[in-house]
Amino acid sequence: MFGFSRAQLISLVILIAVVIAAPFFVYPIVAMQVMCYALFALGTNLLMGSVGLLSLGQAAYFGLGGYTAGYLVQSLGLTPEIGIVAGGLAGGLLGAVFGWLAIRRQDIYFAMITLALAQIVYFGAVQLTGFTGGENGIQGIPRSALFGLFPLANDHAIYALVAVVFLIGVVFVHRVIHSPFGQVVRAVRDNEPRMVSLGYRPASYKRIMFILAAVLAGIAGGLKAMVMGIQTLSDVGIATSGLVVLMVLLGGIGTIFGPIVGALIVIAMQYYLAPFGAWVIVIQGGIFVICVLVFRRGIVGELAYRLKSPL
Amino acid sequence: MNEAVTEAVLETSGLTKRFSGFTAVDNVSLSVKAGSIHALIGPNGAGKTTCFNLLTKFLQPSAGKITYRGDDITHLKPADVARRGMVRSFQISAVFGHMTALENVRIALQRERGASFDFWRSDRRLQRFNDRARALLEDVGLGPFADTMAAELSYGRKRALEIATTLALDPPLLLLDEPTAGMTEQDVARIVDLIKRLRQGRTILMVEHNLSVVAGLSDRITVLTRGRVLAEGNYETVSRDPAVITAYLGSDHA
Ligand SMILES: Nc1ncnc2c1ncn2[C@@H]1O[C@H](COP(=O)(O)OP(=O)(O)O)[C@@H](O)[C@H]1O
Ligand SMILES: [Mg+2]
Repeated sequence: MFGFSRAQLISLVILIAVVIAAPFFVYPIVAMQVMCYALFALGTNLLMGSVGLLSLGQAAYFGLGGYTAGYLVQSLGLTPEIGIVAGGLAGGLLGAVFGWLAIRRQDIYFAMITLALAQIVYFGAVQLTGFTGGENGIQGIPRSALFGLFPLANDHAIYALVAVVFLIGVVFVHRVIHSPFGQVVRAVRDNEPRMVSLGYRPASYKRIMFILAAVLAGIAGGLKAMVMGIQTLSDVGIATSGLVVLMVLLGGIGTIFGPIVGALIVIAMQYYLAPFGAWVIVIQGGIFVICVLVFRRGIVGELAYRLKSPL
Repeated sequence: MNEAVTEAVLETSGLTKRFSGFTAVDNVSLSVKAGSIHALIGPNGAGKTTCFNLLTKFLQPSAGKITYRGDDITHLKPADVARRGMVRSFQISAVFGHMTALENVRIALQRERGASFDFWRSDRRLQRFNDRARALLEDVGLGPFADTMAAELSYGRKRALEIATTLALDPPLLLLDEPTAGMTEQDVARIVDLIKRLRQGRTILMVEHNLSVVAGLSDRITVLTRGRVLAEGNYETVSRDPAVITAYLGSDHA
């Protein structure tokens, strides 16, 4: 169905069940945060898994999406759906410019360029206080009514919105990978010179993937700003860029469900390890090292390998 | 062949490639006539593959000019050369290993027929290319392997798949780099047959090591040694040339 394999369909059903049940068992706020980061990681995985490019600057699009949505809703009094869509568009536009600059580079140079560009955005966010609130960030973003009709003040109401956007994101990412475009990207990954000799211009396809990843990051950032009611500098910083890469690697690079599992683990760790204070980062680092040593394919990647089926 | 009246599709003048002091291709002037099969032969390291890389723009020449159908293509990008109808195969088999044989051929059909950018559509849309792709696979004897992963095919079959993929673009000028290298005799015979059928309506420039293949197929042969053109002509002329016998056969049998 919809080009999902059997194992993927089962996973999707489980995922939907978990999404529906979660707010009754855990803080809805935590579950929503997981979904926002999962959406962000799904996009990042389009670059890492499908194209094979490691971006160290994905927080730029995530953060810009958050600031855009936060600014429009708080300062201009627009409705949340406009904020979130605008967040995605802003992320995509920035991705179009940065992708154009970065895609010409390969490997480590690509990673360095994306990092450098994201740092420019970070310093921009510090300086442009009229838009970002600088060090204070944007505080108290109101949860105004969706389309001006459906109030989101209740956690369960906004949860429904986040869940729908997130699940659409999952299906969308699967579709991109299993589209004629996705097929070209796979072939480029497999043998780029051969694709060039067949008349393809691989950079165009990589750029589109870069933009798609940035759009998803922007939507995720906008959604998260709506959920949390605040938008701060940390969302646009290098630590967030690192965090999303960690989520993808932990869950399983190049899988559909890996980034979701990765986001769940990383966010859950942040919550449950919070009492350890600064040690969180050390513990996270330790878990990451162990995971890389034990499951080189990531958790879902390892599972898919054992089941001999894509997940 | 009425060589006198047919014009050149592809011409080079003074084509030169230096790699940090070492000249791999040295002042080569080629003229490939429309509708002919032109062979480029020479011992290992003569510069044949480098020549191909220059012609298809995978490498930028240090000097010289390349003209294709009257247009100067010296500064074109490799993808644009392919789009103009000059398509190459590689010496080291170039297939998409993680894709099936059918998908390999389809990827070539996909670009021309405008189905390579739509990321919102299902890849089931590509099934409309299946018939054409299967026909191409049949042509190279890979009919039964349509659903086999390319990486799992034998070496000879990978080469055949690469040719089928190249043919999917129906290129007017086909550049084959040692199409029969590493193949069994049976496979070689099939590829030679295929090339004979392919020549209808197109020009073929091929690098070949196997002399018997060249003898039966080519209208014109250029012999390259150490990056330079040593001799040129039909098989009879070239194979009797004493310089060719010493340079080519000499080092080949050393
Ligand atoms: N990218 C490169 N850098 C340096 N030297 C090269 C490069 N490519 C080819 N060469 C050298 O150029 C010469 C010609 O190589 P090649 O064109 O592959 O020969 P052939 O295909 O005739 O066997 C060889 O000596 C090879 O080592
Ligand atoms: Mg060679």
